[in-house]
Amino acid sequence: MSPQLQTISDLIKNSSGISDAEKESLLKVIKEADKNQSMIQFKLERIEKDRNTLSVMLQESIEDLQKKSLVIEDANKALTQTLEELKATQAQLIQSEKMASLGELTAGIAHEIQNPLNFVNNFSEVSNELLDEMTEQLEKGNANEAKAIANEVKMSLEKINLHGKRADGIVKSMLQHSRTSNNKKEPTDINVLADEYLRLAYHGLRAKDKSFNAALKTDYDENIGLVKVISQDIGRVILNLITNAFYAVMEKKKSHPEGYEPTVTVGTKKVDNKVMVTVKDNGTGIPQKALDKIFQPFFTTKPTGQGTGLGLSLSYDIVTKGHGGELRVETKEGESTAFSIILPL
Amino acid sequence: MKILVVDDEKDVQVLFEQRFRKEIRNKEMEFAFAYSGEDALKYLGDLSHEAVLILSDINMPGMSGLELLRHIKEKHKEPPPLVMMITAYGDADNYNTAMKLGADDFLTKPLEFSLLKEKLKAIH
Repeated sequence: MSPQLQTISDLIKNSSGISDAEKESLLKVIKEADKNQSMIQFKLERIEKDRNTLSVMLQESIEDLQKKSLVIEDANKALTQTLEELKATQAQLIQSEKMASLGELTAGIAHEIQNPLNFVNNFSEVSNELLDEMTEQLEKGNANEAKAIANEVKMSLEKINLHGKRADGIVKSMLQHSRTSNNKKEPTDINVLADEYLRLAYHGLRAKDKSFNAALKTDYDENIGLVKVISQDIGRVILNLITNAFYAVMEKKKSHPEGYEPTVTVGTKKVDNKVMVTVKDNGTGIPQKALDKIFQPFFTTKPTGQGTGLGLSLSYDIVTKGHGGELRVETKEGESTAFSIILPL
Repeated sequence: MKILVVDDEKDVQVLFEQRFRKEIRNKEMEFAFAYSGEDALKYLGDLSHEAVLILSDINMPGMSGLELLRHIKEKHKEPPPLVMMITAYGDADNYNTAMKLGADDFLTKPLEFSLLKEKLKAIH
């Protein structure tokens, strides 16, 4: 019992002014109070213990949470870095797809440029020789002969100019292809663009594979006029479609060596307020199960290392997102495929 | 000597006629031109043409110069005409294939006409 209650109890016990019955009753109340006090004390102690335990637990939880927060922070950092890496990889893949198609062109460009150079070199030598002959004739007083030779010199110089410009055009188109697109739509002769890439793709492939041969057919609508496009981008799409067409006829030739005539046709057409560029081949066609996936990034049917699976996906984005057009495909397995770029005028 | 030049580049005709103008004028050499492998075979198939020396490009649409070479060496056996390949692709692959198929010479573009003239005169 607490000392205070004990003192009160002793006072009651020794008091003479209170009857025994009253004393007993009062002492009972004090006992009861003491019991209650002990109970409260006990409960308080328990609560205190619980509080301490809880405090320890809370402290542990806080530390645990802090640790977890650090882990999450680290994970977040790692994820951000991975995302950055993925973005860089994506940019790199787009670049490597561009470079791969540029690689296809390089050999074609080498061939295309040697031909004009052959003319430039030789016609300039011819001009030199002709001028010597002209001087000789002038010294002899043969003015008519000299005039005839002068005409031949003129023709030679015209050829030099023509083939010099041709080489210039080839280099420019190569630079245009490798350069990052400036995203500016400019009036472009689609027929010239298509023809340029057809020749480059053809010679590029011939340079890599001597056995490759295909008939090239063109069907250009001369009434199209100029079309506002980002020429590097549309050129890239055309190149991609032509390269795919050549691949398809080459694959078919492997299984149909006799009597099969690989043919790739490039055509343009103006329909109402739209212009259509079609690349058609009589190659392997696209199997139905692959047809739904051909525009998906990284989908390829080519053996590992031969295709990035990005060509058609990038082409699709260029035509649809970049130009508000459509990229359509019609195919018959084992027989033919035709891709059409449809651009609004 | 009759020489058949096969090249899909049409200006090749003007170039040869200019570079060999003296030889043509003096009737030392006579040139014929074909713009594809198929045209060249047609020309050679015509029996009225006497034996010719052929100068052929390799990369041409349709029949390539190497295919043309194979046809010529297989079909025109007695005696097979001489065939010189002229190409912008002077790589080892092309050279070896041409030699295996029986090419008599292999020149690269841009063409050194002084060298070609020497070679033609040596044959002549």
